[in-house]
Amino acid sequence: MAAALAPLIHRYLGRYTGWLLAVVPAAIFVFLAGFATTVNAGNSPVQSIEWVPAYGLNISFLIDGLSLIFALTISGVGTLIILYAGAYLAGHHHQGRFLGFMLAFMGAMLGLVLADSLLTLFLFWELTSVTSFLLIGFDHTRQAARRGAIQALVITNIGGMCLLVGAILVYALTGTWEMSALRGMGDVLRDHALYGLVLALFLGAAFTKSAQFPLHFWLPNAMEAPTPVSAFLHSATMVQAGVYLLSRMTPVLGGTQVWMTILVVFGGITLIWGALGALKQTDLKQILAQTTIASLGLLVLLIGLGSTYAISAVIVYFLAHAFYKAGLFMVAGAIDHEAGTREITALGGLAEKMPVTFIGAALAALSMIGLPLTIGYFAKEEMYLGLMKADPASIAVMAVLVIGNAMLAGVALLVMIKPFLGEAVPTPKSAHEAPIAMLAGPIVLGAAAIVTGILPDWLGHDVLVPGASAILQSDVESHLTLALDFTSLLLWLSVATWLLGVLVYRQADAIRSLLRRFDAALGWTADTVFDLVMFSLIRFAGAVTRVLHNGRLEVYLIVVFSAFALALFVPLFTMGGLDWIMPSADLGNWSARLTPPPLQPYEWGILALTAIGLVAVLIAGTRLVAILSLGIQGTALSLIFLLFGAPDLAFTQLMVEILSVVVLTFVFTRLRLDNRDPRPFEDLARDGALAVLCGVGVSLMLMLVLTGTLDTRLSDLFTATSVPIAHGHNIVNVILVDYRGFDTLGEISVVMGAGIAVLALLRRQKKPVPPVPEAEDIKPKRRRSRKAAKA
Amino acid sequence: MNTVIFRTAAPLIVAIMLVFSVYICLRGHNEPGGGFIGGLIAAASIAVFGMASGVRMVRKSLYFDPLSIAAFGVVLAGFAGLLSLFIDAPFMTSIWFYLDVGNSVVPLSTPLFFDLGVYCVVFGTLSAIALALESDREEEP
Repeated sequence: MAAALAPLIHRYLGRYTGWLLAVVPAAIFVFLAGFATTVNAGNSPVQSIEWVPAYGLNISFLIDGLSLIFALTISGVGTLIILYAGAYLAGHHHQGRFLGFMLAFMGAMLGLVLADSLLTLFLFWELTSVTSFLLIGFDHTRQAARRGAIQALVITNIGGMCLLVGAILVYALTGTWEMSALRGMGDVLRDHALYGLVLALFLGAAFTKSAQFPLHFWLPNAMEAPTPVSAFLHSATMVQAGVYLLSRMTPVLGGTQVWMTILVVFGGITLIWGALGALKQTDLKQILAQTTIASLGLLVLLIGLGSTYAISAVIVYFLAHAFYKAGLFMVAGAIDHEAGTREITALGGLAEKMPVTFIGAALAALSMIGLPLTIGYFAKEEMYLGLMKADPASIAVMAVLVIGNAMLAGVALLVMIKPFLGEAVPTPKSAHEAPIAMLAGPIVLGAAAIVTGILPDWLGHDVLVPGASAILQSDVESHLTLALDFTSLLLWLSVATWLLGVLVYRQADAIRSLLRRFDAALGWTADTVFDLVMFSLIRFAGAVTRVLHNGRLEVYLIVVFSAFALALFVPLFTMGGLDWIMPSADLGNWSARLTPPPLQPYEWGILALTAIGLVAVLIAGTRLVAILSLGIQGTALSLIFLLFGAPDLAFTQLMVEILSVVVLTFVFTRLRLDNRDPRPFEDLARDGALAVLCGVGVSLMLMLVLTGTLDTRLSDLFTATSVPIAHGHNIVNVILVDYRGFDTLGEISVVMGAGIAVLALLRRQKKPVPPVPEAEDIKPKRRRSRKAAKA
Repeated sequence: MNTVIFRTAAPLIVAIMLVFSVYICLRGHNEPGGGFIGGLIAAASIAVFGMASGVRMVRKSLYFDPLSIAAFGVVLAGFAGLLSLFIDAPFMTSIWFYLDVGNSVVPLSTPLFFDLGVYCVVFGTLSAIALALESDREEEP
């Protein structure tokens, strides 16, 4: 399985040459290609590893037509990209790191498309977000790169959270995490009252990842990444994750009116919006980014249509898009690399100097336009074929498609012709042919676009059928053919698209200035809204921090103990714990309660000692006396523990008491010990009230607990098994080191962490200000850890 | 507090406390005691030693930095849990084996090592804090 290879990929981190590293994805490609026959025969191998069996959680993987196509595209394009990146960033001092990130991302992406369990999918989904964050922000010294990275992370992570909640909901409703099992259970979800919510969550996830209309703005900003990243993440892989998710969920969530309407409407808007956006730009990468948005919109629209033809078109178009978009991005990078600029207005006549690059660009662009003999042609035919109906909705969608495709064709012409043909324009660098590693990508992908375009039978049988069948859950037949039928409306629609595309190309400058004027009139974009939200969030967080984290220990303690008192009293009141104490209870009950328990005189003595210690603390005139009195009280407490059968606890209590007194004395000898702090009456009253409240709360809670019968199941178990299983007679110790050893391990780590923190505080405040906060810090911390360890 | 009597008696007290702490730690599995208490006693002894002979002396005789001892404790405890991997059991499954020494049998087990780890952590952390506090005091004239 590919996942087994993922750790292997990571082991390669830090190696340096693109050529060597490209072997990894190539190997994965070959490995995965080996599954093709199995999948074509209609089988889908599943592999799963148990993770948390109690919740039915597995890390499981599935290979069917759909995931295989995605996985092959990822590893195939990935191979070329790694090669390309090796040359593109040659000599860059972080190249090793970059290639490592790339491979990590590729592993995550492969995991995503091969995942069967929704949880596994989510895991890899988030991994792609994180790794892409690292990749987009790779050039982290530039502010724009950092901003783009953060924006992409925020937006896609919102989607990730949607996905997680959605997955949990699906599990709650159907009882399975496995998508292979879910397929047959679509009706359970579709008929459920919560269907709308589940749908919204999954759409949220897919729309954020695939940059659909209201959330599309992160993608162009993500173009701050180095070009190999753009070519890989933002054309062929990451952004397709949303499309993948939607295709995956089609049998489960799709087919309803809501699904269809939302996807078609949003997909359509995104298509037109992206295409217009592309015409607005002059930077090659930005143009391509906007067309990616448009293509993603197109794919979502097609998934929304959900007919056999539309789904076939999804598969073919996805492949076509991966081929030409990755290729064009690599071309854009090569131009930037060799000519020193990406501004389309500052380029021209490069075909002479970079002939091979031009061929690659031309092949890709022809496929993007959708001319016959390219895979893009089939993609376009398929989508039109599904809409050859007369009802108004189909015609409207068809119009959107034709216009969208025409604009994309125009852009393709722009990208192909502008930089390469026409007069030679002087460029910042003297342009020459790119190194072979950078040419391999565009040429191979361009060739692939043509080869697949010439072999419709192969494309149909080995790609379209398994892929579309996996989405539709029924057998699909391929009908791709090269023959042109001049009587069919289909051909004329294509011709119309091409002609419109040429028109768009001719008028590109006029359209651009018109769009820009419109933009200026509007004044704001989704991008600025995002900034606004982010900055308000930061300001809000700052305000909250100023209120809560004001640096005064007193306030913190008040907050902590108030919360403690609330935690004690709220359950007491709401759960009827106080019923027995209400005045209505008969007096006999009360007198019974107030009868002194039968205690030995020495036991009374110890109780008295405790009380004396307590009173002494309260009335102590100096700090030293107060500390010592606290010691008395603690010692008396440990004696009580000793008497009532908890020697371990008593022992520990005693030692902690001694140490506390010693440590506190050390601390307080640095202060003048003669006086207590003079405190205003309000402070005394407030703290006193809080202390009494907490004390009463704890007492009430204890009394309540003691009125119930003691559940001895656990202690019986420990008593019975302590010697035979753990070979120990001291049950407390056996529990600590054996039964609950893991807790103790965490506990001692906390003790150590606390120690380091205290030391750091002490070192920092060597000289200045008396260390009152530390003194109070140390004590509660240690008390707590002791209690936790013994609890 | 630096009286002659105290300074003379302190090493003896400290030695007794340390031995006692180890004894308490080791017997913990069957009698009251264990790594936590043992560590506390040992830390208390270090505090006493520090009061009597000064922090520099304590650090010299400890040889290791107290925090390093604490860190070693965490690692030891974790390692004791990891040993169960060798017998193909879940993390922290206890392993027992018995060592014949002359006429008696000494039972050894992973929980023992775990407890020693706890001992080291408690001892190291608390001694570090105590020493730091004491050295603060010493620096002041």
